[in-house]
Amino acid sequence: MLASLGLILLCQLIGEAVVRGLGLPLPGPVLGLLLLLILLLARDRFALLAQGPLRNDGVETASKGLLAHLSLLFVPAGVGVVQKLDLLASHGIAIVLVLALSVVVTLLATVLTFRLVSRLLRQQDAR
Amino acid sequence: MKDNPFSLWVYLSQSPLLWLTVTLLVYATTDAVSLATRRHPLANPVLHAMWIIGAFLLATGTSYTTYFAGAQFVHFLLGPATVALAVPLYENRDRVVSSIVPMLVALVAGSVTAVVSVVLLAELAGLPRDVVLSLAPKSVTAGVAMGIAESLHADPSLAAVAVILTGIMGAIIVTPLMNRTGVTDFRARGFAAGLAAHGIGTARAFQVDEIAGVFSGIAMSLNALVTSFLVPLVVTLLVR
Repeated sequence: MLASLGLILLCQLIGEAVVRGLGLPLPGPVLGLLLLLILLLARDRFALLAQGPLRNDGVETASKGLLAHLSLLFVPAGVGVVQKLDLLASHGIAIVLVLALSVVVTLLATVLTFRLVSRLLRQQDAR
Repeated sequence: MKDNPFSLWVYLSQSPLLWLTVTLLVYATTDAVSLATRRHPLANPVLHAMWIIGAFLLATGTSYTTYFAGAQFVHFLLGPATVALAVPLYENRDRVVSSIVPMLVALVAGSVTAVVSVVLLAELAGLPRDVVLSLAPKSVTAGVAMGIAESLHADPSLAAVAVILTGIMGAIIVTPLMNRTGVTDFRARGFAAGLAAHGIGTARAFQVDEIAGVFSGIAMSLNALVTSFLVPLVVTLLVR
């Protein structure tokens, strides 16, 4: 468990270091995600890598434990709304409406594009 | 302590221990309620934890800075949790590879819609320029959105609030909206949830369906990448 958490943190640390070092415009944890994915894929190919957290589902179990409580992790930032009460009093309704409308439009655009493209691909395969 | 009955409170309210405990216990309670309602969208645990803790801070006159000193231990885990998304991605790699094309096209369509729609609507509503800038990255996970807002000289804490509100609204809306559109493909539904509503949408997707959760996590990480590039571009083109 500890070694698995350590491995996850190490991936993030390397991600942050590379992003800072190269001045990349992407978040460090996203690079860390890619790194962990590459490690897991490499382990299946090279038995030598199946050690410590990469053995017996170690890192898998730790990751699922973290993801099981993903919602909780947004609570501290969300409580920050108490700092913005004056802004919300003056523009709150407009802000909430703008965000809600944008979310609906985004959900629809994404899901319909996904369906349309996979349907087109299936028709192409059938031909 | 004997000469002032409030000194214990003064001591505890300044310690990280109290606010970390409050965060975990309030969330555990709202999550239990959510479970008891069989994960009804309106019983969203983040939404209810937020206002309960917020009201508690206001009632006790506690500053957000003091609260965050304790809650930061939870906030910190957002980074490792993003890295952990590699695991569901790895375990479902065959399914992911087989739908790579629809995913990439939907990613472009969704990212552009997310940023352009919020900027246009906010301008239309006559919101001040710095508010418009802070709302622009609202569909990506909190840490990333705060970074984008900072680079635009907008308000990172307002960006974080916009992100959480967006996530909660997305998590509440997604299931009824998708049921109404008749889309039964959980890959597509999950992908939309993660793209529009980041981690809170992903948490919701995992409650509904495992595959939806996986695709939601992928959309969330890909959208963080695309949005980092897209927001500065859209802002230059569209914000007055």
